[in-house]
Amino acid sequence: MPITFKAKINIGSLIRRPEFGAFSGLLFVYIFFAIFGGTPFTAIGGFASWMNIAAELGIIALPVGMLMIAGDLDLSVGSTLAAGGITTAVLSGYFTLPTWIGIVAGLGLGALIGYLNGILVVRTNLPSFIVTLATNFAVFGLILGICKVITGTVAVTIKPDHISKTVLGSLLFGQFETAIIIWGVIAVVVSWVLFKSPWGNWIYAIGGDATSARLTGIPVNKVRVSLYVCSGIAASLVGVMQTILYNSAQVNAGQSFVFNSIIAVVVGGVSLTGGYGSTIGVILGAMTFAIVNQGIYYTGWDSDWASLILGVLLLIAVLTNNTFRRLAISGSKRKGRK
Amino acid sequence: MTISAHPEAAPIMRLLNISKDFGSYSALEDVSLDIYPGEVLCLLGDNGAGKSTAIKVLSGFYQPSSGALEWEGQQIIFQSPRDANERGIATVHQFGGTFPLMSIGRSFFVGLEPTKGIGPFKRFDKKYANEVVVREMQAMGITRVTDGNRLIGSLSGGERQVSAIARAVHFGAKVLILDEPTAALGVKESSHVLRIIMQAKLKGIAVILITHNVTHALTVGDHFAVLIHGEKADDFRKGERTREEIIDLMAGGEAMAGLEQEIENLSQGK
Repeated sequence: MPITFKAKINIGSLIRRPEFGAFSGLLFVYIFFAIFGGTPFTAIGGFASWMNIAAELGIIALPVGMLMIAGDLDLSVGSTLAAGGITTAVLSGYFTLPTWIGIVAGLGLGALIGYLNGILVVRTNLPSFIVTLATNFAVFGLILGICKVITGTVAVTIKPDHISKTVLGSLLFGQFETAIIIWGVIAVVVSWVLFKSPWGNWIYAIGGDATSARLTGIPVNKVRVSLYVCSGIAASLVGVMQTILYNSAQVNAGQSFVFNSIIAVVVGGVSLTGGYGSTIGVILGAMTFAIVNQGIYYTGWDSDWASLILGVLLLIAVLTNNTFRRLAISGSKRKGRK
Repeated sequence: MTISAHPEAAPIMRLLNISKDFGSYSALEDVSLDIYPGEVLCLLGDNGAGKSTAIKVLSGFYQPSSGALEWEGQQIIFQSPRDANERGIATVHQFGGTFPLMSIGRSFFVGLEPTKGIGPFKRFDKKYANEVVVREMQAMGITRVTDGNRLIGSLSGGERQVSAIARAVHFGAKVLILDEPTAALGVKESSHVLRIIMQAKLKGIAVILITHNVTHALTVGDHFAVLIHGEKADDFRKGERTREEIIDLMAGGEAMAGLEQEIENLSQGK
């Protein structure tokens, strides 16, 4: 009897894992587009096309996911991405400084924007939704203005040096962006932070209940500001990588990442109110988004339908996440009670 | 107003003429309290009487506007809750572990995570955390908890309270502040929590119990302080006041007496 009981629990706890919903969603859209997109979608080229999208989105979605687990949002990633790219392009392209200076400056600016977001959210106690929405607009206006004053245009070209190009902006086997490898590295780091380091515990506790977390002695504000710095760096990193890959930067690049990163995180099973979520979930969420986003081109249908699928998917994800969370809480309760 | 001498012990903590103002509003005024190890101090009072402000001063969340805190005979200023925590002051709130979606092993150690490994590879010791939480919960009589990975949300309100108290005791709390621990609980669970409070007291911990429930207070309390409008209205030891006197005090004196008169008039058909 103990053996069968144990097996039952294992299946139950597998279904109750937060990633289970995200994995089901991924499987569903993959099969869907494998059927309607056919072999070009399932072939290596199709695989690369959505993995590239997933990687760029995933690099931003992972730190944004950590922020959302801690109960905060970051809607400024769009402008931060553009700010990072433009800074690199202006310094190393327009002013022809060494590429690494532009990269460091781009990432530094991203960190600074993140820091400002964090300080503003922590000090004003306003909802992070509105604070980061404001910085998204403010930063966009700022880089647009500065870029126009300096260069006279809204798109700046750059000729990156060989090392930067190889590491940040080249295609492996002619089709896989190096962003995929960087995404993998970031995923390992984020997983470590969330599940292995004390910081991870703090992040979940802050998202669960910030007041209680503060009372247990967790430096709540320090953690929240640090998470904003991480998402700022990640967003500007994607901007820098795109700039180096395409040899140019545009002011209006990146705005799609604002909501796409949230879609990836929520489809990945992270609680909208914080306190729950996982790295694997966010990775699966970014992949799911990318499959729909790219898969639509293989079906021959109008690409507008992708938005409909994503919208429905997001709604289903939020609903099932709530159900899975209820299961996670109540499922184990029944087990113990006689 | 000071209470009778304690032959056996010196107070672990004292509030000396503490006031706390928020702008022109004074939430606490000239409150002095002695807190003894191995005793349960019940802090009584109506809503808005200043009980929460008092515990926030005690736990380092607020700094008093005037007056002083004494810890083991020395004047002290708590810079933060963490500061107070490190001295051995633990606060448990109404709902205990309030991280419903965290595992009990993780939430037990929030803020004080056990780690293994060295340098940058220092990592949360989940196995140890889960072992400890199960052992501590079992010791507190919550025998159905056998897996540290179970979520806090799957525990009942009383079990959460008990887990939070177990946590404080495990980390060597010297002063345990319990904010309305029985408010949301049924009769059976309340008595379990009260029993755990007695256990903590017998371990030599100074327990500060904030409650509305006079029965619960009288069951476990050794020493009582009543707050009215931010001022200490009374301070007495077990057996020095009747139950009715305490209820009157808690309601601010006039209110309950008036109500009783009214009820009496009604029942006599006047």
